[in-house]
Amino acid sequence: MKDFSAWIDSGDRIVLRAKDVWKSYDDGAITVLRGVTFEVIKGQTVALCGPSGCGKSTLLHLFGGLDAADRGHVAVNGIEINRHTNLPRLLRHEIGFVFQLHNLIPDLTLEENCLIPTFAAGIDRKEARARLLDLTERTHLTHRLGQRIQKLSGGERQRTALCRALMNKPKILLADEPTGSLDEETSGAVFDLLLDLAATEGITLLMATHDRSLALRCDQLLEMHDGIIHEQIVSR
Amino acid sequence: MIFLKLIVTNLRRHRIRSLISIAGIAFSVAAMLTVVTILQGAIGMFSGILSSDSQIIVFERNVSDLFFSSVPAAAIDRIAALPTVSHADPVLFGIVSSADHPIITCFGVTAADARIRKATWIQGERGDFAKHSDDVVLGERAAEFLHAKLGDLVPIGHGTFHVIGILKTTNGFEDGGVFMPLGGAQSFFHKEGTSSVITVKLRDKGDADVFKAQVKTMFPSLVALEDAEFTRSYSQFRILKATAWAVGGCGLVLGGLGVANTMIMSVFTRIREIAILRVNGFSSLQVATMIFGESAVVAMLGGALGLLSGALLLIVLKQVPALHGYVDVSMHPAVMLVVILLALATGIAGALYPAAYAMRIRAVEALRFE
Repeated sequence: MKDFSAWIDSGDRIVLRAKDVWKSYDDGAITVLRGVTFEVIKGQTVALCGPSGCGKSTLLHLFGGLDAADRGHVAVNGIEINRHTNLPRLLRHEIGFVFQLHNLIPDLTLEENCLIPTFAAGIDRKEARARLLDLTERTHLTHRLGQRIQKLSGGERQRTALCRALMNKPKILLADEPTGSLDEETSGAVFDLLLDLAATEGITLLMATHDRSLALRCDQLLEMHDGIIHEQIVSR
Repeated sequence: MIFLKLIVTNLRRHRIRSLISIAGIAFSVAAMLTVVTILQGAIGMFSGILSSDSQIIVFERNVSDLFFSSVPAAAIDRIAALPTVSHADPVLFGIVSSADHPIITCFGVTAADARIRKATWIQGERGDFAKHSDDVVLGERAAEFLHAKLGDLVPIGHGTFHVIGILKTTNGFEDGGVFMPLGGAQSFFHKEGTSSVITVKLRDKGDADVFKAQVKTMFPSLVALEDAEFTRSYSQFRILKATAWAVGGCGLVLGGLGVANTMIMSVFTRIREIAILRVNGFSSLQVATMIFGESAVVAMLGGALGLLSGALLLIVLKQVPALHGYVDVSMHPAVMLVVILLALATGIAGALYPAAYAMRIRAVEALRFE
């Protein structure tokens, strides 16, 4: 395993930190993470690459507070994620999630889906609507605002999921195979959009992906295998 | 707005299930409302009989039913002579049957009784009452079902009576009842020298406590109660009210189980959706509020539908000849409010477990199964 100390920053620039993180399922029968340690600096785009089951998604879930580590420390913006952390606040203001499957509510319209996080966070309706119009314009979805999710294409759904994740202006975006269910062309377009939005919004992006070519377009690439980080590539 | 949309969307998603739950609550509310309203109407009318032009009822202490009460004639005279009393009227209650009607209420009263003095006489002369012990005056509905008119001889119970008048009264019991001269009634029911109750009108309402104390001192075996006091404490009324609320309550419990079933299914079938909401910042409290919101909408819609159908049912019942005039079918706002609140409480109670389950859903597990 390579030494990452060269790129590990210190101080308040570190927004995501994992230190000796272990995680297993089925009462320890399946160990997914085996002492993972890494840090992500504010504004970076970082890709987690590796085969299925290597622990990429689990790591994202730990950072999002959706799951808890068995051992080790997971911190977001310097605050350790544990059962005492105010997770709803974290998910409302600090972190946005994008999944491989869009995870939108099919009976609601694009607009209604995107407004869910703003309702959860108690954001003013006018402000939320303005943000929605801004994001949908940038993702070319304005004309689809009133459409139900069933009527949207795969790419439109994933762009909608991206809009929803960014509605509350999170500082961190966790993306779990965001282009995994899309064809190559659409996948490229959605990824371009993802990087563009992350850059313009100043968001730190941590993304799990199988696609090494997309991963290489991020600032950092962390290659995972069997629950540990084997290789780190600094692209930019 | 989004919150409401989430609630409505889920109810619309499973329309049939939601409608069945709403119908369950509606039936429960309608049943409770109908039973309670009819019984309260009946109680109100019975109270009305007792409180006709009077404020206080005197009857035998510790009797379970006024029909078993026995007030001696001596008490009537002494009570009437009290300076606080304006007038005191003895009433003897009895129940008989005829060929077609198993229950006919008989009132043994004096000519001075307010029912005789103040009622509208459709046929006959007020002054003829109590001239002969076998004379009777019929309520309008009693005259109908006994097929009797002025001057007829009608069989009532084991006797035959001469109809000397027909009264019109707004009280269903009186309208379907038979008024006998007190002496004739005492003889007919083998209760010579007694009455069931004495209804008393005081010269000054403020003397009620003084009067009650006087009765207690003079006649330890009797009790004097103000009308409202009597309605509240009379064991028969309390049993009837408790039965009505219990029957209605059972209906609501069944309705609540229907809501619980719907809400449990609702939560089980959208675990993933709830997980999505959690990932998007919903707190467990917001999730629970959404589940309670759904059950509250079901309960309120069911409650409103139940009120409407209960009102329609009461109107239909009012037209049934056998019940005509017997029950006051006007719905009391307090009863409506209580019924609606009970429906709401039932709906919320039905959502307790589903809400608790929804609060415990772990997003990571729900989202893993893509």
